[in-house]
Amino acid sequence: MANHLFFPLLVPLLSAVLATLVGQRRVIARSIALAAVLFDLGYSIWLLFAVGATGRMVTQADDFAAPFGISLVADGLSAIMLTLTSIMMLVTVLYSFSTVSPYRERYYYYPLLLLLLFGCGGAFLTGDLFNLYVWFEVLLVASFGLITLGGERGQLEGGLKYVVLNLMGSTSFLIGAGLLYGVAGTLNMAHLAERLGTLQQPGIVTAVAGFFLFAYSSKAGLVPVFFWLPTSYHTPTVAVSALFSGLLTKVGIYALYRVFGTVFQRELERYGTLILVIAALTMVIGVMGAMAQVNVRRILSFHIISQVGYMIMGLGLVGVAGLAAGILYMVHHIVVKTALFMIGGTAEYLAGTGELKQMGGMARREPILAGLWLLASFSLAGLPPLSGFFGKLGLIQVGLDQGQWLMVGVAAVVSLFTLFSMLKIWNEVFWKRANVDQTAMPRASALLIAPSALLVALSIAIGFGASPVLRYSRYSAEQVFNTQSLVQDVCGPAGCDAVTSTANNQ
Amino acid sequence: MTFILSLVVGTLFAGAAYLMLRRSLVKLILGLVLLSHGTNLLLFLMGDGVVKGMPPFVDEATGVTPTVAADPLNQALILTAIVINFGFTAFILSLAYRTNQAVNSDDLDDMVETDRL
Repeated sequence: MANHLFFPLLVPLLSAVLATLVGQRRVIARSIALAAVLFDLGYSIWLLFAVGATGRMVTQADDFAAPFGISLVADGLSAIMLTLTSIMMLVTVLYSFSTVSPYRERYYYYPLLLLLLFGCGGAFLTGDLFNLYVWFEVLLVASFGLITLGGERGQLEGGLKYVVLNLMGSTSFLIGAGLLYGVAGTLNMAHLAERLGTLQQPGIVTAVAGFFLFAYSSKAGLVPVFFWLPTSYHTPTVAVSALFSGLLTKVGIYALYRVFGTVFQRELERYGTLILVIAALTMVIGVMGAMAQVNVRRILSFHIISQVGYMIMGLGLVGVAGLAAGILYMVHHIVVKTALFMIGGTAEYLAGTGELKQMGGMARREPILAGLWLLASFSLAGLPPLSGFFGKLGLIQVGLDQGQWLMVGVAAVVSLFTLFSMLKIWNEVFWKRANVDQTAMPRASALLIAPSALLVALSIAIGFGASPVLRYSRYSAEQVFNTQSLVQDVCGPAGCDAVTSTANNQ
Repeated sequence: MTFILSLVVGTLFAGAAYLMLRRSLVKLILGLVLLSHGTNLLLFLMGDGVVKGMPPFVDEATGVTPTVAADPLNQALILTAIVINFGFTAFILSLAYRTNQAVNSDDLDDMVETDRL
């Protein structure tokens, strides 16, 4: 029993309640948020090492024996995601101190952030499929609040589309979970993995898996269900869109990895080619969409879509090696994408607009910001020795091993186009002479630059220390695919069906 | 019973799809509501068939569990889903109201500001 797994859920929840009660006093709300996030960060780093040393950690809510109750399961992938979530949240909270308007802060900005952390933590730790749905809704409703907080016209329009399309995805998730319960009679992931292997009608499971693929695709922003993303991500304040860019779509990817890697292993083999096709289309359409855009954060939003394609490519190259490369890429992406949104957003914040035409001259005014941008965008495009290089190298190696020439070709060409888009922003925002009077423009304070500097440093560190990160992602990928040990860890050595049949006989 | 309820689920989904493809914001929300109702009914059908008058209670005197009983789990699932959908419907209604104030239109095709270049 690892009951400490409840801590990363309870602490954000209770702090959110507390921060709501004292929400009118900004300093107190800020310190509560910072304390909760720091606790989560410390805990998740400890969990990362503990899981790496001893393997999976499991606890049963209310001490109901699995598969009857709700299990919390922490394995390598959960620990990685939890750590990254806490880092992103910490950086966002620090960045919010100087960029979020007092009006928003007073209207429960920090409680919503903490609830988002709560929802993400639950989604990464749960071992129950329906519970995963509930956690998705928790983090969705927090994100709804964050994206519309402020109530500007763009936020409302973008937020409405975001809400409606995400609710469609959630409904598909719920339908899938219901049908799966009808087919297999359980919703515990370990129990499902055990039962689906021996099911009489595999065709139904394939159809049900389609619902899950649709649901998670629409959360992750894959083609053809990505439209909510570029229409809403550039509308909220910079801190919020930086956080969303790193986290939210990746929760969808995490769910795809978890559910298709563990529960639907047979279906993954069947869907593998389809997933690769979706991956290639997502990469190409995302990067093409970015070319037409003329707003900093909209360009970056389209690049999220393109990059998500790489992570799905890791899943589509069915197997441990592919998934490990996908996880490594995800780690890199979360860090770098948030950094890019923060740097681009800072430039936008200083210039007072995100339209490329009206910006410029930033390299002369803010050389540190410009340097950080160059590093982060080279990392995104995949230049060595930054983290993006190893992420892409891993995926391309696995693709070549499996003879997926077309997929590898698309992945390589899309990197070039990514570099093109990043250089477009570089030219327009940083390099060209400003065509408006900038004498009244504010200077970037240290608190504005520090969060993105931290993330860029992390990206460089991942680049230079790629081998331990790669080893850990391999370890996590093996854990995701190893259903036998999952069943034993969750339900005991005899398996979940043994537990239910003993209960029936009593 | 199962057959009739399946037809009802299908009809609800069809109505939801029709309403959501209209341009009106109000109809979009009504479509979402119908969609969630259809999903709840679908969950209801996913136990061991629809069982009438057989609550899943353990007999207090004898301690015997009934061999045939309504599945309590999918009722719990539906209850959770209803609560979540209720909250979301309330949220989206207030969001739609504010959007309507800002855009001054009920037509979804007028809400293109964030998609323009």
